Amino acid sequence: MTDIIIQALVRALAVGTPLLLASLGAIVNERAGVVNLGMEGVMAVGALAAFAVAASAPDANLWVAVIASMLAGAALCALHALATVMLRANQFVSGLALALLGTGAAGLLGKRFEGAPLFNKVPDWTLGSLTISPFTVVALLLAGVLAFVLSATRFGLTLRSVGENPAAADVLGVNVGLVRVLAVMGGGALGGLAGAFLSLSYRSAWSDNMAGGLGWIAVALVIFVAWQPLRAVAGALFFGFLYYLQFRLQGNSPIPTEVFSAMPFVLVLVVLALAGRRGQAGSAPAGLGRAYVRGER
Amino acid sequence: MRFVALPAPSTARSALVTLAAVVVALLICALIFVVYGVSPLAVYSSMLSGTLGASTGLAEVGRRTIPLLLIGSGLALAFRAQFFNIGAEGQLLLGAVFAAGVALFVPLPGPLVAPAMYVMGALGGGLWAGLAAWLRRLNVNEILSTLMLNYVAVAVVTYLIAGPWKGKDVRGYIYTDNIPASGYLPVVPGTQVHWPTLLLGIAVALGLQWLLTRSTFGYALRVVGENPGAARYAGLNAVGIATAVALITGGAAGLAGAGEVAGIHHRLLEAGQISLGYGFTAVIVAWLARGNPALCLVTAPLMGVILAGGDLLKIDLNMPFRVVDVFSGVILLCLIASEVFVRHRVVWGRA
Repeated sequence: MTDIIIQALVRALAVGTPLLLASLGAIVNERAGVVNLGMEGVMAVGALAAFAVAASAPDANLWVAVIASMLAGAALCALHALATVMLRANQFVSGLALALLGTGAAGLLGKRFEGAPLFNKVPDWTLGSLTISPFTVVALLLAGVLAFVLSATRFGLTLRSVGENPAAADVLGVNVGLVRVLAVMGGGALGGLAGAFLSLSYRSAWSDNMAGGLGWIAVALVIFVAWQPLRAVAGALFFGFLYYLQFRLQGNSPIPTEVFSAMPFVLVLVVLALAGRRGQAGSAPAGLGRAYVRGER
Repeated sequence: MRFVALPAPSTARSALVTLAAVVVALLICALIFVVYGVSPLAVYSSMLSGTLGASTGLAEVGRRTIPLLLIGSGLALAFRAQFFNIGAEGQLLLGAVFAAGVALFVPLPGPLVAPAMYVMGALGGGLWAGLAAWLRRLNVNEILSTLMLNYVAVAVVTYLIAGPWKGKDVRGYIYTDNIPASGYLPVVPGTQVHWPTLLLGIAVALGLQWLLTRSTFGYALRVVGENPGAARYAGLNAVGIATAVALITGGAAGLAGAGEVAGIHHRLLEAGQISLGYGFTAVIVAWLARGNPALCLVTAPLMGVILAGGDLLKIDLNMPFRVVDVFSGVILLCLIASEVFVRHRVVWGRA
């Protein structure tokens, strides 16, 4: 019995890892006041960049592949920053465009890797009979670090002030635009890392639609966890467990498989509705979703 | 670099900026094709000669224009009210489900089958969007809810065609039996252009334009979209307007779904075959039209060229259909990033 529980927990952690990394990225974006709905595309691009580097140079250090995924995520999000921060475009629509562009470009450029095996997958760590991906450990550590940085450091305060009250931050001499651009790109790097986990560790292969909707769930998760990195750990674990149940029960129950494939998305809706009723949406950064223009309110 | 607001941007300026945005987008896409390893010239010439340069290609563009026109005009209205419905894909699918359901399982006199399919299609799409409108009252952002409902809609379709609605005559495949022949829509001979749906689309685009610019409801809708504060002060029912807008756009998407079933496929089949991402492409149709449903009469065929062109690229250059997402993403990004240049003059140097 305990075996089953531990097994479930390990599997939930595995699926929860990309969710956690992408949510942390979205939290960094949104705490600085920029909504980023494009995580699905950012993950896809990160997954491809990591796989392309690892597959085309099998003796290269895997760190290079991981860094490539983060650079790719940051680069894609730089477009989002350019459009929303500098050109004041609608953040929601820009995020949607980013998702389309990211999944499209990854699918197009990744076609040559379709079906190619990866020989140098990131090795799992074993603890007794358990195996855990290094990415999972990194994700958990990052959640702690981000929580600390946001709440207890000067940098975190600057980041939050830019998201809560950009006009006040501007008066105090903070370069609002620069902080937002850096936050968007930093969040993108985390989204790219989530992709690298998928293609280097979780599936260690390339296929189109690698993110499979996880990016959208990560974005919704941010609202549910009220923009708190530590709560994101619990949220990611919860949805990870749901995915585990989906695999576990598929075929072993009289319930049609489509119910399981729809379940994470239905649950996101339920969870968002619950969060909305509790007034969780009220804990969003006050400047979220609006471009900052000096002298305008 | 500074932006100085223009008091009254001209239509010419708007058109020029839009055109420039599309040109920039095509250049960026060209860059991506170079990275992919094909000549952008080969891509664009294949797309253009195969769509606008051939009568069969033109018909393919027309076929794809129909759903884009219906969905796009609805979305243009929704965006004016700041209701960001990104779930037209799911609403189209539910429209197809309702339309196929009534045609397959309700015995109706022949002449009534096609009209019933349209009515039920609009109902199915409207219901799916209505769900998002209801969730919005619980503070759930409609972008996220409509997106999630897309995934749920795909699961609903797959469940039905693989389960209870699976056709009697099909063996290895998953789709339903054919609908009664009385439900088949007439087409322009030799093409798959089901003209009754096309006429419906034109009527919807013009009707919604009239609603938006000439009716009291349209005026209230624009106030809610442009200045929510003023709308509240004036006592306008923003929640009611959002719900109405959701029902209208969802209904239009549902009509498109009914049209695809009755006009082309004649049965319910896999989600990816019913829609080629019409719901997402229509977002660009609506944005290109800058929120004017009637202008979708121009922008829907434009995006129809991209969708039909994507099919050609698959055949001619062996490119994955994902290329359409690249076009869509880049065009959308360039469009919204260019918007600031419509309403502002650029001044170089510091303030």
